[in-house]
Amino acid sequence: MTEAAINPTPILALNEVELRFVQPVDLAGRIANLLGAGLKTQVVHAVAGVDLAVTPGEVIGIVGESGCGKSTLGRIVSGILPPTAGQVHYQGRPVHAMKGAERRAYELGVQMIFQDPYASLNPRMRVRDIIGEAPAAHGLIASRDKLEYVAGLMRQVGLDPSFAQRYPHQFSGGQRQRIGIARALALKPSVIVCDEAVAALDVSIQAQVLNLFEQLRADLDLTYLFISHNLSVVSHISDRVAIMYLGRIVELADTDTVFARANHPYTQALLKELPTLTPGRRAYQPIRGELPSPLDPPSGCAFHPRCPHAMPRCKAERPLLREVAPGQFSACHLNDGA
Amino acid sequence: MQTNAAQRSLPGPAPVLEVHGLKTHFFTRNGVVKAVDGVDLTLAEGEILGLVGESGSGKSITGFSLMGLLDEPGRIVDGVLRLNGEDLRAATPARWRQLRGQEIAMIFQDPMMTLNPVLRVDTQMIEAVQAHAKVSREAARKRALQTLAMVGIPSPEERLRTYPHQLSGGMRQRVAIAIALLNSPRLIIADEPTTALDVTIQGQILFEVQKLCRETGTGLIWITHDLAVVAGLADRVSVMYAGRVVETGSTEAVISHPMHPYTHGLIASIPTPASRGKPLVPIPGMTPSLLNLPQGCAFRGRCPRATDACLAEPPPVEVRPAQWVRCWHAGAPDTL
Repeated sequence: MTEAAINPTPILALNEVELRFVQPVDLAGRIANLLGAGLKTQVVHAVAGVDLAVTPGEVIGIVGESGCGKSTLGRIVSGILPPTAGQVHYQGRPVHAMKGAERRAYELGVQMIFQDPYASLNPRMRVRDIIGEAPAAHGLIASRDKLEYVAGLMRQVGLDPSFAQRYPHQFSGGQRQRIGIARALALKPSVIVCDEAVAALDVSIQAQVLNLFEQLRADLDLTYLFISHNLSVVSHISDRVAIMYLGRIVELADTDTVFARANHPYTQALLKELPTLTPGRRAYQPIRGELPSPLDPPSGCAFHPRCPHAMPRCKAERPLLREVAPGQFSACHLNDGA
Repeated sequence: MQTNAAQRSLPGPAPVLEVHGLKTHFFTRNGVVKAVDGVDLTLAEGEILGLVGESGSGKSITGFSLMGLLDEPGRIVDGVLRLNGEDLRAATPARWRQLRGQEIAMIFQDPMMTLNPVLRVDTQMIEAVQAHAKVSREAARKRALQTLAMVGIPSPEERLRTYPHQLSGGMRQRVAIAIALLNSPRLIIADEPTTALDVTIQGQILFEVQKLCRETGTGLIWITHDLAVVAGLADRVSVMYAGRVVETGSTEAVISHPMHPYTHGLIASIPTPASRGKPLVPIPGMTPSLLNLPQGCAFRGRCPRATDACLAEPPPVEVRPAQWVRCWHAGAPDTL
């Protein structure tokens, strides 16, 4: 909210966005309850109140461990999952109130690139259809121009256009990811959500794809939401980084600040775990314990069971995301003490 | 080759593992896939060796060859494999059954595939102990409890009675590591064991593994595609490309003074906070198909230093003390 004041026209704004997955008690459970089993409806707060404003042309990295809700957040932003509470604003307009052409513009304007280049391409479709189907269906191009349009996109992502007749299995992992990128670009989006888009690739191929992302951003004026568990990748590509823990953003700042002066104990711990190219035996000081189950999140600050600085207050009261330095937001009670 | 091999073996205690000129080929309908084509490795007691390479470089097949786990149509066609001086290529299937688990153990990438989903953790662990030692169920259970505690599992007594699906990914991988440690093997081969885990859990496991190798004197081969993971863990690093070890040396030497152009490329490809805003310098092209490798140096097609000399296969050369490189143009990275 405070960021919105800094930049008045975010391309994408999330306002107290929440997503709960509810698993009601099934028939067998209800019968068991009659006998006194005491089963309750299970609720997972995958995303529990996220505020985020994305400026046009910015790359925001979203980092967290598995189960922290980062992918779910990406799916909310791209409109795949509607939030159960809160609003998503696209170019200043609330998405849930959009209708007709406006809604269409949002749906085409926010595209997603998925993690697994093997599972995200239909194995029975040729590359020209994978890339060209959506723009033809949405009337961005005429069907007869499809091949030419696809060839242009393939050149843009570094694929030989003569491969357009091939099927996905004829490509390597890196090439498939390029097909996924071309498919997203085909709809001329302004925002691309990259969900672990380079996680499945080898380092040398990963570097090629990261360079492609950078280049496309410069050429096409794209805004990225770059979701990853890999802080090194995120640090390379992002302008700002949001660290998520159990459905909430615990720290948000520009990349240099996060790496130089991380405020939240969780961010500090993550940075310490980051494998770096420093030879010599590291004295590992691992974070104790594991990510708690989102079915039963800890009271107060969700990080308190693993936090080295936990105080009684952390158990009772949830810290709010507050600005601790210009442009740096952190949710930790330690900031009140000083 | 023979003289090189002799020079390579370390002074001091006899190495736990000696591999010279290992060649593992797969005889497929489309031709011979030379997955491993002349690999030399030595491992001293308690030493951690990082085996680094991209997918298809033959690093996992090297691990499988050492475990005798090759499936048809794969075969070891040449090379010397010695574990504690014993020739592994002469081992009978019965001897292999004794060796696996007792002398060499393996940790795989996916702990869900390693553990039997329908057996409790204690059943699986007791079975592994009793397969190699004539001990009572009670003694075996005690040993299982002890190893679970060793790998840092909280309340091991309770964990013993759980099924694998009740454990988190990190816990499952710890159980898999505990099973590998059960019979105190001399050598553990770990094939990308932390790739599927979160950074915080990876940190915990690296911490435990490092400590265990120090304490028990177990040799460890850590197979990974991530040079950064190995940097903080291993004593020595071997970099593999297209079935060959292209560079070997102490971790410090390989990472601070890489001499092979492929190692330069790998290091330049790793994104860091410092590389932000600048394009990374990736290795051009892709790993070649192992079915028809180029003649001579396999990296020739992607190498910025390639010349006609590279048409002949480069032998391993000791460019600096204890740092071996297979390259005609070995040298420090070019300043950019």
